[in-house]
Amino acid sequence: MTAATELRAKQDRGRKVAQNREKWASVRTYVSAAVILFWCLAPAYWMVVTAFREVGYTYDTSLLPTHVTLDNFKTAFDTSFGNRFGQALLNSVFIGVTVTVISLVVGVFAAYALARLNFRFKYLVLGFILGASMFPGVALITPLFQLFTNIGWIGTYQALIIPNISFVLPLTVYTMTSFFREMPWELEEAARVDGCTQGQAFRRVIMPLAAPAIFTTAILAFISSWNEFLIASQLSNDATQPVTVAIANFAGAQPQQIPYTAIMAAGTIVTIPLVILVLIFQRKIVAGLTAGAVK
Amino acid sequence: MATELGPTPVKEPASGGTPIHHGPKGVGEDNAIASQGKWAAWLLAPTIVALAIVIVYPIISAIVMSFQKDAGLDPVTGLFTEGGPAGLSNYTNWIFQQCAAPGGGTVACPPGTLGSQFWSATGTTFYFTIVTVTLETILGFWMAIIMARTFRGRSLVRAAVLVPWAIPTAVTAQLWLFIFAFEGIGNKLFNTTILWTGSENPARWAVIIADTWKTTPFMALLILAGLQMIPADVYEAAKVDGASAWQRFRMITLPLVKPALMVAILFRTLDALRMFDLPYILTEGSNNTTTLSILVVNQLRQGFNSAAALSTITFIIIFIVAFIFVRFLGANVVEQQTGAGKGKK
Amino acid sequence: MKTPKFLLPVAAAGVLALTLSACGGGGGGTTAGADAEQGLDGRGPITYVQGKDNNNVVRPVIEKWNAAHPNEKVTFKEQTDQADQQHDDLVQNFQAKNANYDVVSVDVVWTAEFAAKGWLQPLKDKMALDTSAMLKPTVDAASYKGTLYAVPKDSDGGMLYYRKDLVPTPPKTWDEMMSMCSIAKENNIGCFAGQYSKYEGLTVNTAEAINSTGGSVLDADGKPNLNTPEAKAGLGNLVTAYANGNIPKEGITFQEEQGRQAFQDGKLLFHRNWPYMYSLATTEGSSKVKDVLGLAALPGIDGPGASTLGGHSVGVSVYSKNKATAVDFLKFITTEETQRFYATQGSLAPVLSALYDDQELVAKLPYLPVLKTSIENAVPRPVTPFYPAVTKAIQENAYAAIKGEKTVDAALSDMQKSIESASAGQ
Repeated sequence: MTAATELRAKQDRGRKVAQNREKWASVRTYVSAAVILFWCLAPAYWMVVTAFREVGYTYDTSLLPTHVTLDNFKTAFDTSFGNRFGQALLNSVFIGVTVTVISLVVGVFAAYALARLNFRFKYLVLGFILGASMFPGVALITPLFQLFTNIGWIGTYQALIIPNISFVLPLTVYTMTSFFREMPWELEEAARVDGCTQGQAFRRVIMPLAAPAIFTTAILAFISSWNEFLIASQLSNDATQPVTVAIANFAGAQPQQIPYTAIMAAGTIVTIPLVILVLIFQRKIVAGLTAGAVK
Repeated sequence: MATELGPTPVKEPASGGTPIHHGPKGVGEDNAIASQGKWAAWLLAPTIVALAIVIVYPIISAIVMSFQKDAGLDPVTGLFTEGGPAGLSNYTNWIFQQCAAPGGGTVACPPGTLGSQFWSATGTTFYFTIVTVTLETILGFWMAIIMARTFRGRSLVRAAVLVPWAIPTAVTAQLWLFIFAFEGIGNKLFNTTILWTGSENPARWAVIIADTWKTTPFMALLILAGLQMIPADVYEAAKVDGASAWQRFRMITLPLVKPALMVAILFRTLDALRMFDLPYILTEGSNNTTTLSILVVNQLRQGFNSAAALSTITFIIIFIVAFIFVRFLGANVVEQQTGAGKGKK
Repeated sequence: MKTPKFLLPVAAAGVLALTLSACGGGGGGTTAGADAEQGLDGRGPITYVQGKDNNNVVRPVIEKWNAAHPNEKVTFKEQTDQADQQHDDLVQNFQAKNANYDVVSVDVVWTAEFAAKGWLQPLKDKMALDTSAMLKPTVDAASYKGTLYAVPKDSDGGMLYYRKDLVPTPPKTWDEMMSMCSIAKENNIGCFAGQYSKYEGLTVNTAEAINSTGGSVLDADGKPNLNTPEAKAGLGNLVTAYANGNIPKEGITFQEEQGRQAFQDGKLLFHRNWPYMYSLATTEGSSKVKDVLGLAALPGIDGPGASTLGGHSVGVSVYSKNKATAVDFLKFITTEETQRFYATQGSLAPVLSALYDDQELVAKLPYLPVLKTSIENAVPRPVTPFYPAVTKAIQENAYAAIKGEKTVDAALSDMQKSIESASAGQ
């Protein structure tokens, strides 16, 4: 046996090991992905199955859909008994989008200042912002109710939007700040040397790089506003109520009956489109922004 | 201290070794700070104003109320009359679990009063926080790592991860209540006869499972965003250098993702310490699942001023936890980076 | 360099508040006197506030009223289906002295609290109403310290559902029912269950148990009265039944719907529930007891037991500007015609005693005669302005006793002490 063949054999073995390792890594990825899918979707599956069941078979435990009906979805959208689920959906979208856009813009300003500028009281500001996330939300309702009653805001959109903005701002500011600190800011300075204004440099160079972070923050902000219930239940009225309040207003045909099937139908209606929308946005926006950054 | 523990050394690869300037242009340090201060004020003003209206005003009004006694019943008219100044009694009553005695004065709160539940609610709150945040961090990190890989069906996984979080909590809680019913699908599926809401450990774990299911996506998304900011060439370089997967995780992934991770953990902790909806709907706080927020809501129905004191105590507890986080665990988004600017002051 | 300046502002806010607090403020005072005097002759548009209108009976009634009273139109403000949230919403609006919450529907257990806070207009003198045709327990539940503060609108009472195919004649007493549990064992099903999860329903069931053996949670003066042999016997019945398996172990997770599900699946011989279950158990496709459903009054010591009273009353806010219209509207809601409409369309138990013997109604709602017995023997849940504290005290201790974590004696004595402390004020 020559040294050359020995070496080749060793290389072959090495390649095989590497191939094997890659194969195993990919198998492990798929297994993990399957576990994640099961964990996230199994309870949601039960929601969907229940949503399609007849009310009379609410407590059926067959794993596959039985007694399938679309009635629950009709009930959810039925307006004759004073339910305004359709209107509430629009309200939620409107409130969610407004909250997300405003808190992102405001939050990006603040984060830029915190991450890039040197000024006194920086720690005070940071502490102040974080302090806003420390008071039990349940105890905010009474004072806010009285404040908004005094200025005639009960039942208005701003009475729902402004608190939501405050709830998501601390997270927005902190996330954006931590990501901005990681940015390669020398690129911005390079762009300025090339003749960009500071604003242009920020928009054209930094924003695209921060796209994944901004997008993630947007989803977090939107969904937390989408989920908000406590404040909305007290500060909204029939015309402005978001979908969470509308769902809580679902009632069974009988006083103590819990309308599980209708609630699950409503849950299905509000969740599936949201997830699809996020997916589309993610592809379009993130792809668009990142593409701009590459050149 | 936080500076030494923080990922300052790692800053070098991320910024390509260029020293960080703390302003767009370094003119004169003092002038720069002054002009930057003005800029900063303008940029921060909207945030400060929004938080002041919605959060600071209620906090201050709660603190004011907490020094008033709750209304008492006038035995003659049968009407409630205002309680007057209370000093610190609302606070001491909670902390020492003292309740009003029939003949005046105070006694140790008998079981069945809200006052007797303060310390157990505090314990429960911390138990939930520690367990759920730990589980969510581990699971979230794992999910983020998987989602950051390139494989067919990745967008399906990303969509699926969003599902639990996108379902409104009102629906989630009902869904889990439905699943955890004695005759529900949970017991049916695993062929068990567990009284999920009937005794302490199952009830607590029902809440933990539901909460972990719902909020892990929050962690996963934030960590994923952090992972996506890591330049791929850093890994390539490490691979060429022969670093093992574990070494790459420990030496590259973890430090680089740490800022995002710490923000995620910090905010999850603050949220978990204020947990309300899930245990309230799932168990109504029975079997030692009463959190501080549930206790606040129950007390709100019995007397506002005492509830205001309890809210303030909760606030202080969370403040202390946040303090520890920021001071000792390096969850400070700004400070850990200032290593390069240490000399400036 | 590493001073904790980071979190200083939060502490600063605390200091600020401390200085502010010296100036007083906060809290809800009672200036009921003045508010109760104003608007007595006021007429004009009003708002009616009620929880979720399950069967769409409120809107038609309001439309009818509005057609007859074009200048005093009623607007319907519908709250959620959750009692807790309805309560909190009312409290918020009363505290803010909202003049737009003119007429409010209150759960029977809230009347005393709202009356004592000075939020409900006493229904006397100019505001007086005739309640003589109404079931007495419903009127008692709407009164506080001898004054009527709301008028009963609908009622509710617990009934015993049983399996006609297995039990030919329903038990009259608790002991009789327990002796029939051997039938359940032979058929391999649970014997009896009510609602024993730790929530409002447990207060209802505990109070029923205690009242059925002749005890009472509160005495006539509103003082707790739980260290009595009667109360011990009552709570003891539940504790013993749970310990020996007559109440199946899953009973401590039951609210109304879980219990209904178990009974409809044929897994219970006897079940305590509200009238709402009747139409569901007889019509739902999944119900296995459609044709074998029997109904009886709750068992007591030597005859029918005492049900806990449910239902709602309607009161007028002291802050209303149009109280003359409001009181007319109260009368309109309690006319025989409206009550009949509520019963037939909404399955709401009427408050007018005569309607329970009405042949036409009974044909539609066959449970009415049983329910009448139940409500006539009903005891209002403790009428006390401290109800939120009282119900917590009952739930906490009864739950521990049923689970066997506490003796009956200890549970009752802790209940007693908790209620005493809650009503002691400070």
